[in-house]
Amino acid sequence: MSGIRLLVGTHKGAFILSSDGKRRDWNIAGPFFAGWELYHLKGSPLNPNRIYASQTSGWFGQQLQRSDDGGRNWEPVGNVFAYEGKPGPHKWYDDTPHPWEFKRVWHLEPSLTEPETVYAGVEDAALFRSTDGGRNWQELPGLRNHSSAPEWHPGAGGLCLHTIVQDPSDPKRLYVAISAAGAFRSSDGGASWQPINRGLRSQYIPDPDAETGHCVHRIALHPGRPQTLYMQKHWDVLRSDDAGSNWHEVSGNLPTDFGFALGVHAHQPETVYVVPIKSDSEHFPLDGHLRVYRSRAGGNEWEELSKGLPNDCYVNVLRGAMSVDRLEPCGIYFGTTGGQVYASADEGESWQPVARDLPAVFSVEAQTLST
Amino acid sequence: MIRVELPFHLRTLAGVGPEVQLEVAPPATLAAVLDALEARYPMLRGAIRDAITGQRRPFIRFYACEQDLSNDPLAAPLPDVIARGGEPLLIIGAIAGGCGGD
Repeated sequence: MSGIRLLVGTHKGAFILSSDGKRRDWNIAGPFFAGWELYHLKGSPLNPNRIYASQTSGWFGQQLQRSDDGGRNWEPVGNVFAYEGKPGPHKWYDDTPHPWEFKRVWHLEPSLTEPETVYAGVEDAALFRSTDGGRNWQELPGLRNHSSAPEWHPGAGGLCLHTIVQDPSDPKRLYVAISAAGAFRSSDGGASWQPINRGLRSQYIPDPDAETGHCVHRIALHPGRPQTLYMQKHWDVLRSDDAGSNWHEVSGNLPTDFGFALGVHAHQPETVYVVPIKSDSEHFPLDGHLRVYRSRAGGNEWEELSKGLPNDCYVNVLRGAMSVDRLEPCGIYFGTTGGQVYASADEGESWQPVARDLPAVFSVEAQTLST
Repeated sequence: MIRVELPFHLRTLAGVGPEVQLEVAPPATLAAVLDALEARYPMLRGAIRDAITGQRRPFIRFYACEQDLSNDPLAAPLPDVIARGGEPLLIIGAIAGGCGGD
């Protein structure tokens, strides 16, 4: 028997949705940490009952919560994220120097290989690591000390490190994405980093092909083919077949290639999902038609998936709000800023809302459980 | 015995009721009360004052005896009535601020 647990982070708390392997009927537990912003929750791939949650507030700062029983009970663990040394400035929106200041944790990535290790991506952009289950955090300063960092500018949501991907075939290889600096890769467990933005073109920066300065919204890979990466940039969907060294656009016939979320099918490395959003000026679906687009060809050729998805819908789907399960057929999930969580148990052919009226959804992570 | 009232979200974070009582050796100052509070409830570290700089978080205020003590030196003695437990020290989350949204 299998089951699915969805970890949903929202503007006003966390919710845990659970179902059996049929994925038809769902139970909603929560809100946990009601009234706080839950940017991200993620379970350990080595121990699914170990879940980390980033709990944050403009009033009360950052908390890091941990559960060891699948989200029933939580304990606050370490919330001190101290940059190594005295951080220099980055660029502010108006190009003036701005002090590097910790604001919140955007992304938590439990290690694929070390049960007590977890990575945290924070705003202002930096990567932290804990090797004791989240109690103590140390910065991996090679990223923030990269020579390009003084030129990094924030995106609209801040200078945030919002995506961390660990290569399952080489756990020392890490990828991160920073808005609006771009994508970076480490081959030594996070000690040193190189920008991997060759092939990205961004009209909103003076040199569209610059080494950094791109607003990368999401990157993802398939664990069975980790050299292939997919990217949703501010505008453009891209693909790399050499671990990010070179990218090419695969937006193809998408009706608009602006968007945030991106997912890769659990069993088919060439099957990719995106949620096109009209534009960076209008953060809602084109014509108010909420749609997922699927490519079975690794990009370029996209098909609209609409069954069960609404029209007259003016929500956004944020970068952390799409996830896949590992059942057969693969299940796909996404949450909206209107508080809906949609699920497909058939690879995207049809969708049902499994939660309708939650607070704005920031993140969705699917856990596939053996029960 | 010093009485401290916490805002809703810090009560739920610490798992306490509206008021906590702390033993603080004299002289009772804001710094001493906050030190005692964070020692008893470690999850509050960083939630009232920055964990690294020790600065009061921008949208937190300290009130006592109908006075705003938020910008007083942390080492200044608290009013006698607070030190004696006759009135609570109020830790307030501002009704403005935070980071937007509803």
